Amino acid sequence: MKHLAFAAGLLGASAAFAETPELTVYTYDSFVSDWGPGPAVEKAFEEVCGCDLKLVGAGDGAALLARVKLEGERSDADVVLGLDTNLTAAAKETGLFADHSVSADYALPVAWDDATFVPYDWGYFAFVHNADAAAPADFKALAASDKKIVIQDPRSSTPGLGLLLWVKAAYGDEAPEIWKGLSDNVVTVTKGWSEAYGMFLEGEADMVLSYTTSPAYHLIAEEDGSKAAAAFDEGHYMQVEVAGKLANTDQPELADQFLAFMVSDAFQSIIPTTNWMYPAVTPAAGLPEGFGTLIAPEKSLLLSETEAAEVRDAALGEWLDALSQ
Amino acid sequence: MAGRAQPVSAYPGISAALLVAALILGTLGAVALRAEAGTGFGASDWAALRFTLTQASLSALLSVGLAVPVARALARRRFPGRSLLIALLGAPFILPVIVAILGLLAVFGRAGWLSSLLSLFGLEPVQIYGLHGVVLAHVFFNLPLATRLILQGWQEIPAERFRLAAQLDAGPLAMWRLLEGPMLRRVAPGALAVVFAICLSSFAVALTLGGGPRATTIELAIYQAFRFDFDLGRAALLSGLQLVLTGAAALVALRVSAGEGFGAGLDRAVQRWDGRTALARGLDGVWIVLSAAFLLLPLAAIVLAGLPGLAGLKGSVWQAAGNSILVAMLSTVILLMLALPMAAAAAAGRSGITELSGILGLAASPLVIGTGLFILIYPIADPFALALPVTALVNAVMALPFAMRILVPRAREVLGRYGRLSLSLDMQGWAFVRRVYLPRMRAQTGFAAGLAVALSMGDLGVVALFADPDFATLPLQIYRLMGAYRMEAAAGAALLLLMLSMGAFWILDRGGRWHAEA
Repeated sequence: MKHLAFAAGLLGASAAFAETPELTVYTYDSFVSDWGPGPAVEKAFEEVCGCDLKLVGAGDGAALLARVKLEGERSDADVVLGLDTNLTAAAKETGLFADHSVSADYALPVAWDDATFVPYDWGYFAFVHNADAAAPADFKALAASDKKIVIQDPRSSTPGLGLLLWVKAAYGDEAPEIWKGLSDNVVTVTKGWSEAYGMFLEGEADMVLSYTTSPAYHLIAEEDGSKAAAAFDEGHYMQVEVAGKLANTDQPELADQFLAFMVSDAFQSIIPTTNWMYPAVTPAAGLPEGFGTLIAPEKSLLLSETEAAEVRDAALGEWLDALSQ
Repeated sequence: MAGRAQPVSAYPGISAALLVAALILGTLGAVALRAEAGTGFGASDWAALRFTLTQASLSALLSVGLAVPVARALARRRFPGRSLLIALLGAPFILPVIVAILGLLAVFGRAGWLSSLLSLFGLEPVQIYGLHGVVLAHVFFNLPLATRLILQGWQEIPAERFRLAAQLDAGPLAMWRLLEGPMLRRVAPGALAVVFAICLSSFAVALTLGGGPRATTIELAIYQAFRFDFDLGRAALLSGLQLVLTGAAALVALRVSAGEGFGAGLDRAVQRWDGRTALARGLDGVWIVLSAAFLLLPLAAIVLAGLPGLAGLKGSVWQAAGNSILVAMLSTVILLMLALPMAAAAAAGRSGITELSGILGLAASPLVIGTGLFILIYPIADPFALALPVTALVNAVMALPFAMRILVPRAREVLGRYGRLSLSLDMQGWAFVRRVYLPRMRAQTGFAAGLAVALSMGDLGVVALFADPDFATLPLQIYRLMGAYRMEAAAGAALLLLMLSMGAFWILDRGGRWHAEA
């Protein structure tokens, strides 16, 4: 059909074609891949919007923000989807984002009140390990154990930054001590999540920094129950993924419609088994089977966006100090 | 050689060189101009500089040092499967970093084959993480390239010279002093500079196998400036530093490697009388077997990991593979259009600017080039629409340094041997290029094109910044598969990439040497 429409446009019968408005959404790479939520989301939204939804992948969350900053006010993007709360303060500082009017009954473990960004999914960071091995119950026990871990560099990856803030949120000024204790457990630090998870699966480490929902992928998609996430007593740091509308969008109504669609059942029911995160609003049908087996942390840790922005540089310094010894 | 009349004009080459320099320096400038007040140079940047220099020097010395005996052994021996082995040796060079690391870990990792073997004897597993791990990986990547560059040096010594030396009853030592030593003095500095420059801009390898933030390289600092701080000024500053370092290394190498070649031969097959002793045979055999094991075992691990996933690859992976092939072909055409005139210009005596701008491609950070191009293109055109040509162009510039190392020595010889004759026949310009230059450059052109096509196919670089949702290359698709936990499919796609790159390299390299000495 697309080809037909294109041909019609070329032949000059472009009136009907031009009436189909286009909504451009910048997001991260894994969202638009065939195995991510992208294809299903595009189909579902196009059924209701009478528009053409264009999902554009641009690296990961941090790269996404860099991209928007580079493009500035002339950006083609109408919506940016895939920032997290560690990036939203910097995103707001650009003045490129507009407020939204979406309200929903969020299933987040924390209260959500943000005028600019709408959450669409969330998850807990956790160390994933082989289910048949015992796992430490907190960072101190991990530091005291001889477990080997692979983590990601906070300077080049969002999970790496998440771990930095996790330790900071749990231990505050004690964080440097924790990192010193952990330094002999860290086999290595990788550029991104893919490298780290691949190394863990190759048997290079006992545990890898990932999400509590990672075992759900293995269980549901591969029917493999051999992976588990370690529950830590000091609580788990959360990643809340959000989307926002750009102030200079030429499709403000469509962008609002998309943000509202994002917290609707149609979108939210796609998330768990494609993005492997918790949906921001629990779908009517509930969570898929398999999610029930996941650990449910008793305490959710999340620094506010201003706190996260404030402690970020100092926490990086402490991390570098401890691991460069 | 400068100043002598030449049958080809240096201007096309100089124009190409200026174009390349403008691209690299222009993008850097664009990034710097967009910068707001940044943090400048900190203590951690000096640490990154020190580590970068240390690991790059060690990696270059070891890669080239080991490449000399391996290339010598390969130059002296003829055995079944030799050309296949030489082609396979090129493989590590073109793999996406993550694939190569997983291949290396399968052999040298904590749970790898070597450690399992050691544990049979009650020994501790090998500890791969640390400076030695970084150097090991860089040697794995660059030994094949250094070997090929030096092997080429050996093959450029005319067979008549060896024949003459043998007739004069020159022993191995005299052979070394008269022929091999001078050849190495010409070729090795260039190889050292290339490997050094490649290792300068490495960061995912250095970080992962370096074991942590101690192993911070300048390129990672550039990444941090972009991603963590969005400090374009600092990114531009660090990128400039990287360019200066590489430029300095290149200048030193060019100065050292100047010198005359061996003159004309009749392109007869090289025969080595000095290599006939049992000791020489044994030594050569050991070098060939050891280097083959070192390079091929990790490749075998990648093949074994990829086989189960290969059959189940989905349409989008094949589509990405098609895009990669398209980019690689376009990139190779651009490369040859830049490199052949540049090599001629360098050979005609304008070596400084052409060779230097050729090598700059190594030092430029893909992140900075990509961002710079984005800043430049964005006001006038849609970056998405230009994803294909931009990726191809940048890949061509990245492959240019290798192509120059391959093409320039040969171009010097061709001009040296046939220049005066051609001039006396009044054969100049296009006639000379078509009748003498291009045919004589065929083997080297094939090798350079093979490298370019393979490198471009494995490159992730700038496509990430320009990627259209419908335009993914195979390496990008591998990362996307891994990001969606599809490790088996990712391994299958990695194997597909390996086969495509190797196939393309083999066809072009082979094509260049058709009817030539293998």
